[in-house]
Amino acid sequence: MPDQLIFAMEVTINGLLNGVMYALVALGFVLIFKASGIFNYAQGVMALFAAMTLVGIQQGRVPFGHLINEIFGTDVHYFGWEVPALAAILLTVVVMLAFAVLVQKFVFKHLVGQEPIILFMATIGLAYFLEGVSDLMWGSEIRNMDVGLPQGINDAIDAATFEIFGYGFFIDNLDISAAIIAAILVGGLIAFAQYTKQGRAMRAVADDHQAALSVGIKLNYVWVLVWTLAGIVALVAGIMWGSKSGVQFSLSLIALKALPVLMLGGFTSIPGAIVGGLIIGMGEALFEFSIGPMIGGATENWFAYVLALVFLVFRPQGLFGEKIIERV
Amino acid sequence: MLDQPLETHGDGVAPELDGAETLLEVNNIEVIYNHVILVLKGVSLKVPKGGITALLGGNGAGKTTTLKAISNLLHSERGEVTKGSILYRGEPVADLTPSDLVDRGVIQVMEGRHCFEHLTVEENLLTGSYTRKDGRGAIAADLEMVYDYFPRLKERRGSQAGYTSGGEQQMTAIGRALMSRPETILLDEPSMGLAPQLVEQIFGIVKRLNEEQGVTFLLAEQNTNVALRFAHYGYILESGRVVMDGPAADLRENPDVKEFYLGMSEEGRKSFRDVRSYRRRKRWLS
Repeated sequence: MPDQLIFAMEVTINGLLNGVMYALVALGFVLIFKASGIFNYAQGVMALFAAMTLVGIQQGRVPFGHLINEIFGTDVHYFGWEVPALAAILLTVVVMLAFAVLVQKFVFKHLVGQEPIILFMATIGLAYFLEGVSDLMWGSEIRNMDVGLPQGINDAIDAATFEIFGYGFFIDNLDISAAIIAAILVGGLIAFAQYTKQGRAMRAVADDHQAALSVGIKLNYVWVLVWTLAGIVALVAGIMWGSKSGVQFSLSLIALKALPVLMLGGFTSIPGAIVGGLIIGMGEALFEFSIGPMIGGATENWFAYVLALVFLVFRPQGLFGEKIIERV
Repeated sequence: MLDQPLETHGDGVAPELDGAETLLEVNNIEVIYNHVILVLKGVSLKVPKGGITALLGGNGAGKTTTLKAISNLLHSERGEVTKGSILYRGEPVADLTPSDLVDRGVIQVMEGRHCFEHLTVEENLLTGSYTRKDGRGAIAADLEMVYDYFPRLKERRGSQAGYTSGGEQQMTAIGRALMSRPETILLDEPSMGLAPQLVEQIFGIVKRLNEEQGVTFLLAEQNTNVALRFAHYGYILESGRVVMDGPAADLRENPDVKEFYLGMSEEGRKSFRDVRSYRRRKRWLS
């Protein structure tokens, strides 16, 4: 087999695994947009906040430590214990639930029935607010995320591919576990939406708010549920990206990568977010590999957006955007 | 045309339901949308247990608003009850959420069906049981009961509701309401956009539900002819006021109702054009 083809295969696999990460972020957007029509600009910051909280809890940091020390003249930074990864993850889920309740109670409850643009602006405010809160709560230093996910090159794949092609593929264990966890998460979300009472209520609210109200579904309750789910998705995305490149402010910018994924996959489709993420991940890797060298490289920075633009022109509802069912 | 209540035939109770308990009482309510638009100007009515009460009137008379004021769905449309009171079983409904009301047995079937388009027919029906806590067995039994009344829905149970016909959607919407085990169904414009034969069929099922399951109905309808044949008692609304009420049998025979709403007069059936010009003349005079 020619070398180029083998390299392309490796690039494709790595691109797909990267795409899983994009898909995870996009998924959070889709969940909230579908159920409440809110385009949640804060999704990226939620991932940052979740990751910071997780690391903070794990390391036993005192939340708002700087603030407390400033006010009371004390010098506390750590509780002096370390929380096991799993317990810390569960505690973070509780924090995300509390966040969902507060957001619903103090922001969106008062904006029911407003124009989408107003809801969108509210989420921009929310994003900056949450960014400030996570700074205040946990400090702004770069942290390492370590929840025990395997890191480094996968030796088995390296050896196996060397056997077959005479060239070992470099595939990161972290990317593989991210893909597996993402698959479980998506499977779980779909099963929840399809087969449980609350999931059915969630889909009902997504279809028709008024009708959902009329059969006795509590909109506030469903919205808290949806924001919590989006918080959990943000946490998973935060863990993956955080393990890869450290927990720092730039984590919140992954939201920008999710935008082209959403345009490609459609804002209302969970499978769309997955497939969109994979296409973008693979597309940008292959494009960089094949065309990149001819035009000076660094195409990864813009390829996704150009692809999204093309889609906006020719298929604005995205690949899997919800078909508008209308009978005349 | 009929600005003042012309005549009141009864006390809100049809002769055949004499002595029945009053479930729902609406006392002189006023509804304002967006803080400025006055839609209801003092509507009062009573719904006796076990009856079918019809709210009649043309477009914009206030039928839908009255139903939404009762089920508390007005809030999400920036509407507000500013005067008067609504009592269900003697309890004011003003501070209850639509969900609380479903819990107490009052559910609304909205105008234009409002099915969940991307859910299957069966999932639509199951959303109706959202507030129930009496277990899967009871819910499954009620699902079968709904399928007994609407065999067509059983055939279509797996289809997305958005792709079913208008009649099937209306059945789905009524079936969904039934799944909450309601005491009272507020049924808004069930005949909208349906062929006469289907309207007849749907009203037939409403009647059966009323007689066999003891469901009380408050029904808003433009199709006066059909509504008065199936209802026990009727209220006629015009621009936000009740202008006439009485047992359905009496209303059917009332000469004004015949002329304005049934298109008939002493000289027999009139053409629609005649009725219209007659109405206009009469309004000028009054």
